[in-house]
Amino acid sequence: MGIKVLFFGSVTDITLVTEMSLELCADTDALVKELLSRFPALGNKKYFLALNQQVVHENCPLKQGDTIALMPPYSGG
Amino acid sequence: MTDYNRYIRQMILPGFGADTQQKLAEAKVLIVGMGGLGCPVLQYLAGAGVGTIGIMDADQVSLSNLHRQLLYDESDIGQLKVTVAAQKIKKLNAGIQIVEYSYRLTKENAFSIIDLYDWVVDATDNFGAKYLINDVCVLLNKTWIYGAVNGYEGQVAVLNNRRIPGPVHYRHLFPVQPLHNEFASCEETGVIGVLPGIIGTMQAAEAIKLITGLGDTIKQSLHNYHYLSGRWYEIALTANPKTPIIDESFFYKTNYETACMNEADELEDIDINEIDVRQLLDIQKRPGHFILDVRELHEYPRVDFVHAQIPMSVLKESLDQLPQQPIYIICHQGIRSVYAAQYIKLHKGVETYSIKGGLTAYFNTVNNE
Repeated sequence: MGIKVLFFGSVTDITLVTEMSLELCADTDALVKELLSRFPALGNKKYFLALNQQVVHENCPLKQGDTIALMPPYSGG
Repeated sequence: MTDYNRYIRQMILPGFGADTQQKLAEAKVLIVGMGGLGCPVLQYLAGAGVGTIGIMDADQVSLSNLHRQLLYDESDIGQLKVTVAAQKIKKLNAGIQIVEYSYRLTKENAFSIIDLYDWVVDATDNFGAKYLINDVCVLLNKTWIYGAVNGYEGQVAVLNNRRIPGPVHYRHLFPVQPLHNEFASCEETGVIGVLPGIIGTMQAAEAIKLITGLGDTIKQSLHNYHYLSGRWYEIALTANPKTPIIDESFFYKTNYETACMNEADELEDIDINEIDVRQLLDIQKRPGHFILDVRELHEYPRVDFVHAQIPMSVLKESLDQLPQQPIYIICHQGIRSVYAAQYIKLHKGVETYSIKGGLTAYFNTVNNE
C-alpha cells in the first residue's frame, strides 16, 4: 500500500507529477529525505506538509495508506 | 423598504433575517488589490449589502486584464482601477459606501488603513503584500481572508480568525517570505480568467459568513482548488508553536518590499547586464554562443534557438550543467532571467546577460521584421 504523496502548485514544476506512491517510511522526516533524494530542488522550495489532510509542524510517524501533501504558497491574483 | 426588496432573496433564507442583513450593512471590509480576485470579491460583497468597502490598487486597467477582471471594459483602459470599480459598483448598489485608495499598501500606511476596517480580503498578486497584510492583521487582531492563484490552482483560507484563541496565521504555514524570483507571477505563468473568479468568489463567500456568523466560521483550513481536475483539497490547520512572535519590533525590522533573505542582498550587489532582442539576434549569428532558457518545463511555446533549458526551480542544483563561458539567459518576460543572470554570475563566475522583455519581446520583434 505504501504512502501516497500529493504535490501542489509550483512544487509540481519540480516533481512534474501531481502524485506518486512511495514505500512506507518510518516518519515524515524520512519521507522528506526520500523526496529530496529524488528531487533535490525541493530543498530550496517553500511548502508545508499535511498528513491525511492535517497540517504537521513536526516529525510524525507514518503508517501504510497514509497520504502526505506538499503545499506551497501561491501569490498570483 | 427599498432595501427590503433589494435583499429579499437572501433575507428569506433560513437563519438569514433582518438582523443578519443589518450585520452586513454595518460591516467594513477592505479589499487589497482590484484585479482578478478583487473584482468578484467587490461585486459580491456590494451585491450582498456590505455597508462600507475599501478598495485599494495603484494600477490602471489594461487590455490584458479584461479576460479575468470582468468589472472593467474596453473603454476603461488606462483609467485607475479603483476609480472605475467605484463608479460601476455605485450603479450596482448606491446604498453602500465605497472608499478608494489609489495606491499600494505599504509598511507606512498599512496600520492606519487596516485599522479602519473589521475584515481584510487579500486580493493581491505578490508575497510582500500578503506578508504585510498578515503581520499587520496579527498586530491589530483582524481576521483576513487569503486568496491566491498559481497556474491552474488556487487557494483560500481564513487566517488570524479573531474568534479563535491563538488562531492560525500565514507565518504558521510559510514562516519566511520567499525571494521575489522564487515563485513566478501570473504575468509570467499565465492564468485562466475563471480561476481567480472562483477563488475570489470563495473569498467573498467566506467574508459573508464571517460577517453574519452564519455557518461554520471557526474551522481553520486551507482549501486548494485544481481547475483542470475540478478537485478541492482541504487541509485542516493548526498553529505552529515554533513560529516567531510577531510584535512591533519584528514588523519594523521586516522588509516587505523585496525578499528578505540574505541571498537577495548578496545578489543585489551583482551588476545585471541586459541586452535587447536585436543584440540577441546579432549574437545568434556568432558561433559558439550559449543561450539558456530558465522557464519551467510546462511553459509554452518551446523555442529551438536555446542551447539548454534549466527551469528556475532547479537552477541552483544544475549549475554544473552550464558551460564555463558567457551565457545569454531568456525567460517569458525578462524578469526571472535577471535573477538567473545574477545567480549564475555569482556562483559560477561567468559573464551573464539577461534578455530584456524575454520571449514576449523576442516574438514581437521577430514577427514584426
